[in-house]
Amino acid sequence: MTDNLATTDEPHGLKATVVNLDTLLVELYGSWQINDDRQPAGNILQTVQEKADLRKIEFDTRKMGAWNSGLLTFLLNIHSYCTEHNIEMIRKGLPQGVERILSLALAVPEKKDARGDVKKTPLLEKVGAWTLDYVRTSAEMLSFIGEVCVACLKMFKGSARFRMSDLMLFIQQCGAQALPIVTLISLLVGLILAFVGAVQLQMFGAQIYVANLVALAMAREMGAMMTGIIMAGRTGAAFAAQLGTMQVNEEIDAFKTMGINPVEFLVLPRMLALVLMMPLLCLYADLMGIIGGAVVSIGMLDISAVEYYNQTKSSLNLAHFGVGVFKSAVFGVLVSVAGCLRGMQCGRSSSAVGDAATSAVVTGIIFIIVSDAVMTVIFTIIGI
Amino acid sequence: MQKPVPKINVNDLTMAYGDFVIQRDLTFEIATGDIFIIMGGSGCGKSTLLRHLVGLKAPAKGRVLYGDTSFWETSPGEQEKIMRSIGITYQSGALWSSLTLAENVSLPLKEFSRFSDAQIRELVFLKLSLVGLAGFEDFYPSEISGGMQKRAALARAMALDPEILFFDEPSAGLDPVSARRLDDLILELRDSLGATVVIVTHELASIFAIGNNSVFLDPETRTMIATGNPNTLLAECQHPTVRSFLTRGEAEVNI
Repeated sequence: MTDNLATTDEPHGLKATVVNLDTLLVELYGSWQINDDRQPAGNILQTVQEKADLRKIEFDTRKMGAWNSGLLTFLLNIHSYCTEHNIEMIRKGLPQGVERILSLALAVPEKKDARGDVKKTPLLEKVGAWTLDYVRTSAEMLSFIGEVCVACLKMFKGSARFRMSDLMLFIQQCGAQALPIVTLISLLVGLILAFVGAVQLQMFGAQIYVANLVALAMAREMGAMMTGIIMAGRTGAAFAAQLGTMQVNEEIDAFKTMGINPVEFLVLPRMLALVLMMPLLCLYADLMGIIGGAVVSIGMLDISAVEYYNQTKSSLNLAHFGVGVFKSAVFGVLVSVAGCLRGMQCGRSSSAVGDAATSAVVTGIIFIIVSDAVMTVIFTIIGI
Repeated sequence: MQKPVPKINVNDLTMAYGDFVIQRDLTFEIATGDIFIIMGGSGCGKSTLLRHLVGLKAPAKGRVLYGDTSFWETSPGEQEKIMRSIGITYQSGALWSSLTLAENVSLPLKEFSRFSDAQIRELVFLKLSLVGLAGFEDFYPSEISGGMQKRAALARAMALDPEILFFDEPSAGLDPVSARRLDDLILELRDSLGATVVIVTHELASIFAIGNNSVFLDPETRTMIATGNPNTLLAECQHPTVRSFLTRGEAEVNI
């Protein structure tokens, strides 16, 4: 009784012949490379087994050409099918190299429990896990904020340990080096505010009040907020990535075991730099925004430069700037806390560093917007 | 030495990440002047044990005693004192990447000693010379090779003349000659400074050459299965896992 299968596609393939009723002779010929497509071994064996009660499989590879892992995966499939169905696989006919590698692959049996079993978690369990996770991260955040507060107190007492040169470097990084982008963004924000206002105010012939609109909006709100968001994206992410990489390299562990507090040594100078620079950047952004508004007013609304200047000057007082500067200092704290927190919480892989940077930006922006809303309400109530 | 004798005593220690137990019921002692080897197959928790010993991770159960003080039950001040008496060389070196080698070595000196700048410079030169890195003071960690980073990390670990030195895989990634030199250096440090050394490694050559006490962690049963001098273990221990580890899997042939 013979049975031919899968013999059509030259120049490679196999011929399976049933001999002696219970033995399958598999002849392999041509090349057996990984990208040659062919039927899975299991299917072939199943087809054969439907017709004959197999006990043994033998191989004939005298006509076989080049081979690589493609052949080995095929043979491994046959092997697992054989163990499953109690068939004896006689590997005598295989080339020596194949036989040796196959023995190597089969030397250590597959560890069944090593594979993570994908189990479906019910919704309630997920909600529970999320809640627990949320509680845990909140606790972590609180304890980090506590550590930062302690470090700040130590700094005021003059006993905090960090390097002045680090502080100067961070001041340069988040101060002077942020100027170009702050210039661009706030100039454009001033421009946009002026445009939006101009369209409405022109209907009443009150276009001179564009100056008030831009000046107030920039000084009280947009200057601080735009610098905050820029710094969250630029510096908060950088802080998180720096500290995260240090976490991965065990550098933070090295600080801890040296008895050097990483919060004092790493977090404090970063926070201090940002808190010192943010108000300055905010004032600069206010000025740029007002210039942006002036460009629109002078260019489009036939307001003279002197008129615009006088109108701006009369609409502003120091309290307005004070509000903006105060907010920006708060944003500075929040952005640096978010960045450093995510960096210190970072896991020990390169993808964790990416997650930390992303999370630092998201957390920073949420902190900024929420705190801004709260502060605006408070300032309105107390009438500043 | 007039300081109290440092001796680490691990008592019924169980290590776990959440519910996942890494190793349980570890009990062993590290005597003053020992070169103590923590060995075992990959993934058995050697480095985790080290993190427990140096106070980076709290045990799930059990105690780590430094002298008579239980590290996790004592005050933070006392903990800091213990931590300051130990030096650690991490697996990846863990040099502070934003500082030069000289700054890396001098940072602990500046923090915890009252030496003048000139004295610190001399000390840095000494420590870097000891590990064969004199002249590399102004290099950043990223500018030197992996082996050099390891040696620089050792120089930093030695900065404060610690009583106990910990090494996490010191010879991994080193060529045989450098690894041998590092072994000699460790022996020399122990003999001349009277330091106690704890090494996580699976380098057999180092284990037999310098270790005089050890603990063997088994990943299968998740506990220690042997302890004692590695050479004695090789001669006497009948446990198949230990034998096959210490003989590179040739135990069956020898018996």
